[in-house]
Parts: sequence; C-alpha cells; structure tokens
Amino acid sequence: MTTAPLAGNRRRQARERTIRRVFLAAAASSVLISGAIIASLVGEAATFVLNVDLSSLSAIGWFPRRGFFDVRTIVVGTMLVAGIAMLVATPLGLGAAMYLSEYARPTVRKSLKPILEVLAGIPSVVLGFFALSFLTPQVLKPIFGNNIAGFNMLAAGIGVGILTVPLVASITEDALRAVPRSLREASYGLGASRMSTSLRVVFPAAISGVVASLIIAFSRAIGETMVVAIASGATGGSLFSLNVLQPGQTMTAAMAALAIGSDRVRGDDYAFQSLFFVGLALFVLTLALNVLSERIVRRVRQKY
Amino acid sequence: MIEDRLRERSLREAPRVPSFEIGSRAVEDPSDERILIEVRDLHVYYGSFLAVKEVEVPIRQNEITALIGPSGCGKSTVLRCFNRMNDLIESARVEGEVLYHGVDLYGPDVDPIEVRRRIGMVFQKPNPFPKSIYDNVAFGPRIAGFKGDMDALVEDSLRRAALWDEVENKLEESAYALSGGQQQRLCIARAIATSPDVVLMDEPCSALDPIATLKIEELMRDLKEDYTIIIVTHNMQQAARVSDRTAFFSVDVSEEGRTGFLVEFGPTSEIFTRPQQKQTEDYITGRFG
Amino acid sequence: MTATNAVVGVVQRSLSGQRRRFGAQVFEWSLLLLLLASLLVLLVLLVDVTVGSLAVWRERGLVDLLSSQLSANPEVAGISQALTGSLILTAFTAVIAFPIGIGAAIYLEEYAPDNRFTRLVNANIRNLAGVPSIVYGLLGLALFVKLLGSFTGPEVEGRSAIAGGLTLGLLVLPIVIITTAEALRAVPGSIREGAFGVGATKWQVIRHHVLPVAAPGVLTGTILSLGRAFGEAAPLLLVGGITTFFQTGDSTWFETLRGRFSALPVLVFSWARLPQEEFRALTAALIVVMLVLLLFINATAIYLRNRFEKEL
Repeated sequence: MTTAPLAGNRRRQARERTIRRVFLAAAASSVLISGAIIASLVGEAATFVLNVDLSSLSAIGWFPRRGFFDVRTIVVGTMLVAGIAMLVATPLGLGAAMYLSEYARPTVRKSLKPILEVLAGIPSVVLGFFALSFLTPQVLKPIFGNNIAGFNMLAAGIGVGILTVPLVASITEDALRAVPRSLREASYGLGASRMSTSLRVVFPAAISGVVASLIIAFSRAIGETMVVAIASGATGGSLFSLNVLQPGQTMTAAMAALAIGSDRVRGDDYAFQSLFFVGLALFVLTLALNVLSERIVRRVRQKY
Repeated sequence: MIEDRLRERSLREAPRVPSFEIGSRAVEDPSDERILIEVRDLHVYYGSFLAVKEVEVPIRQNEITALIGPSGCGKSTVLRCFNRMNDLIESARVEGEVLYHGVDLYGPDVDPIEVRRRIGMVFQKPNPFPKSIYDNVAFGPRIAGFKGDMDALVEDSLRRAALWDEVENKLEESAYALSGGQQQRLCIARAIATSPDVVLMDEPCSALDPIATLKIEELMRDLKEDYTIIIVTHNMQQAARVSDRTAFFSVDVSEEGRTGFLVEFGPTSEIFTRPQQKQTEDYITGRFG
Repeated sequence: MTATNAVVGVVQRSLSGQRRRFGAQVFEWSLLLLLLASLLVLLVLLVDVTVGSLAVWRERGLVDLLSSQLSANPEVAGISQALTGSLILTAFTAVIAFPIGIGAAIYLEEYAPDNRFTRLVNANIRNLAGVPSIVYGLLGLALFVKLLGSFTGPEVEGRSAIAGGLTLGLLVLPIVIITTAEALRAVPGSIREGAFGVGATKWQVIRHHVLPVAAPGVLTGTILSLGRAFGEAAPLLLVGGITTFFQTGDSTWFETLRGRFSALPVLVFSWARLPQEEFRALTAALIVVMLVLLLFINATAIYLRNRFEKEL
C-alpha cells in the first residue's frame, strides 16, 4: 500500500495554513502598534529637542504657545497630583481589600465587591466634574476658606485617587487571596487573632503583590488626564508652583490643553512638537513603572 | 451474535472514511501475517531528555495488546506514538519507525490528521465534549466528511460501545449528565464512530469504579472482533484478564534521568506464568512496582 | 480553695482575652470603614449628579435634551451630536478591536509556540494595556490625522470620526486580546485532546470546541472593553473631538464619518468648564445619561455571560 491515503487532503492543509497566517497577522498587529507609538513619539519629540532653545526648558513656567517650556512645572504638577491620589487610594484600597479578603463573609463579599467594580467603571470625566462641582465648593472650601481657588490640584488629586481605589483594591485582594490557606491555619493554630494573622502573616506574605498594585496605581494616576483637565484648570499654561490649593498643570493635562487650544495644534512655535515631547516622557515613565511592577509580581509567583 | 454483527456491518453502507488496499508485502515475518503495526527502534525525546528507548513491538490485528509496567516507564508515551498525539507536545521528538500496514506513520508524506482518523484513542479520564450525546459521537465522522446516514452511524457506534440501550431516549441531552462509566463508553463510541482500525486506550478504567471497569473490560473483548486494541494499564490483573499479548516496560535510572525501555513481549499467558526476564517476574509477583 | 479559685480566675481571664479582643475589633471596624468610605463616595457622587440634573428634567425633559444640538446658549443646548458621535465611535471600536483582538488572542493561545518571542509579544501587549490613553491620542494624531488625513477626513484636516474610531479601537485592542486569551486559557485541555483524538484539525478543534466553551468569557470581556471606550475623552480631544459646536445637517453616513465629531465624555469636559450656572445642571444631566448608558452596556455583558454559561 502506498502512503497516498495517509497523505491527507492538500486543500485542507492549505486552508489550515492560511487560517494560521490570518491569526498570526492579527497578533503581529500588536507589535506594529507599539512600533507606531514609539515612532510617532520619537519623531516629533526629536524635532522638538533639536530645534528648541534649551534654555527655555527651565523658564518661569509652562507656556508652550509663548515658547516657555519649563518641563519642571508640569512634572512637579504630575507628581503632586499623583501623590495626593496615592494618599487617598492607598488606605482606602488596602483597607477595602483586607476587609474583603480576610474578614468579610461570602454573602457580604458578594454584595460589596460589585459596588467597587461599578466605581471602577465610572469615566474619568465624571470624576473630574465631581471634583470641580462638589469636592471644591462643598468639601474643600469649608476647610480652607479663601486660601483655595475654584480650580485646584488638591481636588484633582482626590478625584484621581477615588478613580484609582478600585484598582488598588482588586490587585491587592488578589495578592492577599493568593496567600495559601496553610499559612493562615498555622497562625490561627498558634492562637493568633485575625488581626495579628492579617497584619503579621498574610500581609507580609503578600507584600510583593501589594507593592506591585501600588506601583500600577501610581502609573495610572500619572497617566490620568481628564480629572485634572476639568478640576485643576490652567489651560493656557501655568507658573511653577507647589501650592496644591491653586490651579496647576500636569503632563497629561498640558497635552490636552495644547490640543484644544485656539491654534488647533497646527504646528506653530513648536507647541505641536512639545506635545509629543511630553508624550514621550510620559510614555517612558509609565512604561518603566509597569515593567517594574511586573518584575515584582513575577518574583512573587515563583515563591509559590 | 458476532456473526450477526459482522453480517450487519457488511450489509450497511460503509462510512465515507476512505479505505485502502492492503498490499501483499505487509509483513516480513512469514510466521505471522496478522501483524498490523510494527514498531522499530523507537526512541522518544522530550527536549534533550530521553524518555523511552529502543522499543520494538509488533501489534497483531484483532488482538488486545497490553502495555504494562511501573509508573514513569513511558508506556503512555509509547501509546501516543501510535496516533501521533506526541506531535501536540512541543518539545517531543520521535525517532524510529512505526509501520502501519507497512507505511511509516512518521514518514514525510503522512498527515497526522489522517492517522488519527484511522487510529482512535480513549483517554484516562473520560473527556466527552460539552455537547449532546449525539453530537459527541457525530463529531468525528462529520469533520471527516461523512455524508451518509448519521443517525444510523451514531446508533451503530453506541451499540458497539454497549451504551445504546441506556441513552437511546436521550441522545439530545448533555454528555455531562452521564455517569463516569457511561461517559467513558461514550468516549469509546466516539472513537469508533470514525471506523478506525485500531483503538488506543490509555488506562481507560483508572478513573472508574469496579463495576464500570468490568463493563468496559467486557466491552473490550467484544470490540476486538472488529478492531485492534492497544491498552496501557497499570493494573496487572486487568492486563492478565483482558489482553492477548503483553509488553512489559521498565525504567532505567541513570544520571540523565529515567528512561523507559521494553523488557519483554509475548503472549499474555506466557508473560504471566513463564516470564523469561527476571525483571518481569519481579514485577508480576509484586516484588517491585 | 481560694488559691484554686484565683487560678481558675486567671485562666478564665486569659482564655477570654478581653483586652486583645477590643483592639482587634477596632481594627476590623476601621477596615470596614475604609471599604464603606469608597462606597460612600460613589453614593455621594451619584446623588449629587442626580440632584444637580433635576432642573433639566423639570424644565426641558429627556427628549429635548437628546434631540437638541450643541450650542453656546444653555437654554437650547443638547447632546444629540455627542450621542450620535459616541454611538458611531463605539461601533467603530467594536469593528476594529474585536476581529483583530480575538484573532490575535487565538494565535497567541492556540498556535504560537512557547518560546521567547511569544513571551515578548505577550509582555508587549500587557505594556500596551498600561499606556495612558492620551498617548493613544498622540498616536491617532500623528497617524490618522496628520499622515492619513486626506483619507480619513479631507474636509476637516483629518479630524474626523473615523480617526476617532480608529484611535479608540487601538486603545481597546490590548484589553480585548488579554481578556480573550484568558477565556481561551480557561478551556480545559482534555476537551482539546478529545477532539484531536478523533482526527480534528487545529482549526476544527478551535472552532467547534474551544471557541464555543470560551464564548461567554470572550463576550463579557469584549463588551466591557466597549464600555471603557465609551467613557474615554483624552484621546478624542487630541484627534479632533469638538468642544465648541458644529452643525450637523443632512449629510450622508459617509460624510458624517469623515466629518467633525463629538462624543459624550468630550462634551462633559467642555460643558463642565463653562462658567454659566445653567451648564452645571446640563452637565449633570449629561452625566446621568452617560451613566445610564454605561450601566446598560455592563448589564448586557453580565446578562449575556450568565445566559451562555448556563447552556454548558
């Protein structure tokens, strides 16, 4: 007998190969997108760096249309807002996660967890509006009185923090629940309370996951645009400032402001290129943070 | 009963899985024209690790051949060479020849899909598809292009698997509603629906209770009238009860790892009463294993 | 006798651990408080927005709001163009992200060999998922507006709905890939083995066995990703989302796609910063509409998942 019958249907084999190639192309597109992002960012950012008078990079403030590109202003603004956000998100997120993971009964968990997920789905523009129209007048003004402006970085920071709480909570909860039961049982077996077990056994065992969640949350806070754009004002530009009770500009909001300005990002005075310059800086920063947090998570996974 | 079934089969139209002519040059050994599959110098590697070495074993038509041995001796690996399931494991590499009707299954022109339609498999843990009982059996023939009477084919397969009486009124129900033993018989029906020559069984009863196991052993004896069966089992008594020939494997522990190899092959009665190798005797009598 | 009583007392007290219990109780309550604080914020937000919008419902009603066009005059301004824009953009996102995303996930989970390159591609996708949305806006600006402008929207320098839709599609693509890949991974290997065992080809295994089982998870993930695209504003601002007003008269579908566009979140951004008091209420009403639509999208995803999971 020959191998002919076992050789298989040529057409079918060709069809299988084609199908595989189609899916491969789809997967390859993801690589293309990364390349495109980097190419577009680097291209225009390079133009900026090569053509702009570098002294303008440490001027009095960030006024791109007037040729003042003080990057410090917007970077500091980003760090201030992100910092405030982490001050809000860390206790709320960790506390919620620890309660849901270590204390809540299954029925309680089932009903409370979805609410956190709803919070995660709220668009950032809504939170920006909330910060501007409720937080500032109803919560912050009574506290700070006339020291605080209508647009301010504090309200924006709190808004970003609220936005980030579900992220911190969910990743931390996953990390806590990944700690093996046997560790908890060993602790209870020695007569430890739930509080001691949670704080001294479970939490330290999950610390890498917790740290990773905080880094990711920080990265997210840095990349957040709309809350700041709405609640923190400063669309024309801003002076270097550390006062969170006043308007301020982050990297992201600066980019948005450039985009909607009256000259419509047409390419005057290198304002257009500065957009990409800031974008590149932002991209590199968040990428570094994300890779860092992934490294930490991978080290944890090896332990178990 | 057997004659009835044979007569029935010849009367029915054969399913559209293409058959082939058996050439005159089927076997070398003049003493046995019934050798269907011949394994020559088989080695299986996972990456650089040699899992199984130097296997030579002839499989005769319409017989049950059992592969036995301690765990880790590579019997499942060898079994999966017969239907090229090892292809699915990336690091696996097969050297040697597996001659089926004289044709090397690992030859360059051979499509593993065609191999699997002629050499079916039943797995250790019953794994019916999340579909109806009918669709489970019909899937294989459907994708092979069967255009005949599917209802008849499904019924025939379920009858041969001794399951028809229990499911004839609920063919549309989910396969998951069946018990473990019934699911395994469904997997057997599914495997024989493509009219294979050979049915491979990888420890088919290890996940089943004793009563279900007995039913399947009975079934195997019926099936061998029409099919060639190769079974891997870690249960020696089962091999003794059910098989015609037995291949005993063992493990060679060296610094590279554990490599399986064939110790002895022969008629089951001989292996279990008058084994030639001491290792075989030790295993049979329970001195190790 | 008193000595044993004293011992019993000490043992009893130490076994009851009263002091420790109080501290632990406070701890538990603090945690619960933190959890409830988050929920409280959500509640306050929803109440504030609903109350703030009441004036609009009273004076103008839902239909009027939905059918009026953009305007600088708060008495007649409405969200019709933003609503249409959001619907168009969401549909575009689905058309782009779903086939490419699901296809990529199928390749990575079912076909790709487990080597360094595949791991790099997966890591790359995870990184793309973490890139800030405004950076996708930059990509859209450079690629779809500047480079391909003559194609995507010649009348408007490339700042068209098509550009917006493509940009959102790219934004959402990594999420679709990741959630689909997870759903595919969850399919037990025994089902694949059984299908291969009867001689199915790779595509037959995927099409007849893997995809049907993974479908509920894939569906949920993709619909939820649409919800994410629905709420995005930053990338749209860079690609030309209108924040002032524009006319939409009777143009064909094709012209609309290649013309100016707005979207609900973009509108929130622009209205929120307008000084007039009336716009405060209008923004609140707009947000209510947005949240209801989002709720609908998420509820659909969950409903579909529950429905198909039962049939297994």
